Amino acid sequence: MKHLLSFITILVLTATNIFAQQTVNQEPTMADKMYEDGRIYVVVAVVATIFAVIIVYLINMDSKISKLEKQIKK
Amino acid sequence: MNIKKNWWKALSVLLLMYVMIWGFIGVIPRQPVLHETARNLYFHVPMWFAMFSMFGVSTWYSVKYLQNPLIEFDDKASEYANTGIIFACAGLITGSIWARFTWGVWWTNDVKLNGAAIGLLIYFAYIVLRGSFKDEQQRAKISAIYNIFAIALLIPLLIILPRLSDSLHPGAGGNPGFKPMDTAGTMRKVFYPAGLGWILLATWITNLRLRIKALERIQEENL
Repeated sequence: MKHLLSFITILVLTATNIFAQQTVNQEPTMADKMYEDGRIYVVVAVVATIFAVIIVYLINMDSKISKLEKQIKK
Repeated sequence: MNIKKNWWKALSVLLLMYVMIWGFIGVIPRQPVLHETARNLYFHVPMWFAMFSMFGVSTWYSVKYLQNPLIEFDDKASEYANTGIIFACAGLITGSIWARFTWGVWWTNDVKLNGAAIGLLIYFAYIVLRGSFKDEQQRAKISAIYNIFAIALLIPLLIILPRLSDSLHPGAGGNPGFKPMDTAGTMRKVFYPAGLGWILLATWITNLRLRIKALERIQEENL
């Protein structure tokens, strides 16, 4: 377990190093591949879902408070 | 839900949903160092817009309280400040993450960063101050005065000083518009709705907290 953890840590650390050592091209590198493959839509779907869930939660809370307000006014 | 009364909540959701989708799919200009992280503009900067709006409204109610000491003005001042602090924390953390991958470090001695940190501490002190009074009237009055001083410090710390000195933030020593970077204006179409959307969402959250507080007050009176 310990070995696995340290292995993952090293992996993550080297990965970030590789990202940091991007060479300076004439054209700034963008996530073109990701957009070409169309996989970015997966991320968009995930973010949109999370946001939708939070909003549903807020709306729910809003209506619960409205109900309480009505009860107390009676 | 009553649409006539709550249209702004729906507007906030629509705007932010558009930002969440178009923020990733929309085309952005190619820039060195920033690369795709430029999209953070749609998420990091609106946090500060929301924070400033919340603190602004909070100060407005503090002034109103000093003119006319109604406890509901104090409630509003404190709840708007609370939401503002949440958004300031979000802005600070997201900024730190962005800095790590573009400037190379989690924190730099950039004027805007330190200004934001000091500003946040000033507002933390506001919460501590509020908690240190037992008498409601006294708490309301003194924290209202403190709140006005707080925003009077926050504006130079975040808006004026960073423009006067060198900063890693865009527009140091000038106006932080993104005209030179985004000539086609593709980012503006997402950025402005994002700002408005987050301000409205922050208002909604505060609105919920205020309604809970009002209910608590009614309950206290009935006990």
